[in-house]
Amino acid sequence: MQFIKNFKTIFIVLVLLLLLTPVAKSAEECFEKTSRAIFKFNMALDDVVLEPLAKGYNKLPSPIKTGTSNFTSNISTLLSIPNNILQGNLKQLGHSVGSFAVNSTVGILGFLNPAEKMGLKPHKEDVGQTLGSYGIGTGCYFVLPVLGPTTARDSLGLLADTFVDPFAHVTLREKELFSTSGNSLDYFSIKATSAVDFRADNETNFESLEKNSIDLYSSFKSIYLQDRENKIRNSIEDQDDWGNLDN
Amino acid sequence: MKRIVIYLVCLFLIFQNSLLAYSSNPRDFVEELVNDAITKLADKNLNKDQKAAFIEKIALENVDINALGLYTLGELRKSASKDNISNYKISFEKYFLKSLTSRLTDYSSSKFEIVSEDKKSANYTIVKSKIIPEDDGPEIKIDWRVYTKNPEKPLIRDLIVEGLSLARTQKEEFASILSSNDNDIKKLIEKIEEFVNN
Repeated sequence: MQFIKNFKTIFIVLVLLLLLTPVAKSAEECFEKTSRAIFKFNMALDDVVLEPLAKGYNKLPSPIKTGTSNFTSNISTLLSIPNNILQGNLKQLGHSVGSFAVNSTVGILGFLNPAEKMGLKPHKEDVGQTLGSYGIGTGCYFVLPVLGPTTARDSLGLLADTFVDPFAHVTLREKELFSTSGNSLDYFSIKATSAVDFRADNETNFESLEKNSIDLYSSFKSIYLQDRENKIRNSIEDQDDWGNLDN
Repeated sequence: MKRIVIYLVCLFLIFQNSLLAYSSNPRDFVEELVNDAITKLADKNLNKDQKAAFIEKIALENVDINALGLYTLGELRKSASKDNISNYKISFEKYFLKSLTSRLTDYSSSKFEIVSEDKKSANYTIVKSKIIPEDDGPEIKIDWRVYTKNPEKPLIRDLIVEGLSLARTQKEEFASILSSNDNDIKKLIEKIEEFVNN
């Protein structure tokens, strides 16, 4: 009950943020000073918790790392299924459903990825991307504690994800689906493992970025926004904004 | 005899130059450049300084650092004074070379493959490539924005790694520094110099 009450408040705030910034450029900030302070906190947290975990994780034997990565990735495919339906993307829906079915069975609960060898390559889709595909702008940019960079649209999407994701339905809300049930600990364990897996995969990139950025906050912001644009377009086509910069 | 010596020296210089220069076709240009870099960076007989010197040399010859600097400055390049732009270009080149060498000297061996090329206009070709790490890691897609206004001398203007443009990231980083310093280019130059000298 408390969760629903809190959700309503956060939802209203986020909708207001989104509505108040309908023409905001992607670079515009909601509250930059606060975001920079939260970013500093997140980086400190990364230094103390996530980075050491990621370094340890990277020392694990390759089959364990790949298996873990496949397992969390397979579960996250569940969120893509309703979003593919909401986006009307039937081809991707086929990839997501097929991949989840094959990997959960033949792939031993998702630890292996035989679906990829069969040509099934599902894109990761979430509600933020679905809203983006409807033409809803990003709204303003800010940083969330622990969760990191986001925008008004994506944070609204993040909350909505917990309502459309079948995995969240089974774990967070403890409902039964196809005789499967779980609890919130399962949900947060998978999310935490995904975060460690992602951080471990990008260990060198994070180091390089930290070493070579004059303003690390802005670099993260730029990378986050570019990545979200690519995910909404489902492509990595180069955006030509060089104009007539001829020598 | 003197004529023959001059002739031989010229021949040697032309021959050596042709060894150093890369193809003018954008696809071959990127392939030759990257394979050359991979060979040198994987050479265990070269120390870090020698590798850094090599990276600097090929970057100065094959990357359009001047245009990249102007692009990353954004709209300010149109309103800033000539002196300030000139100082900025000097600082930017130092910054670019420092960050590039820092990124590449710790190179771990990978396989490089050109996937395709896409001619966008007379001035630009995007060369699509991928890097396959030898340590079983996931392959990385890299697109090279090659500037071909002079068809005889293509130049790299941007690298788009997994859809993330390095030039755009740099531009937005500088834009943020400028916006928190009243769009003062001198403050940006100060910050860049501070980074280079650290």
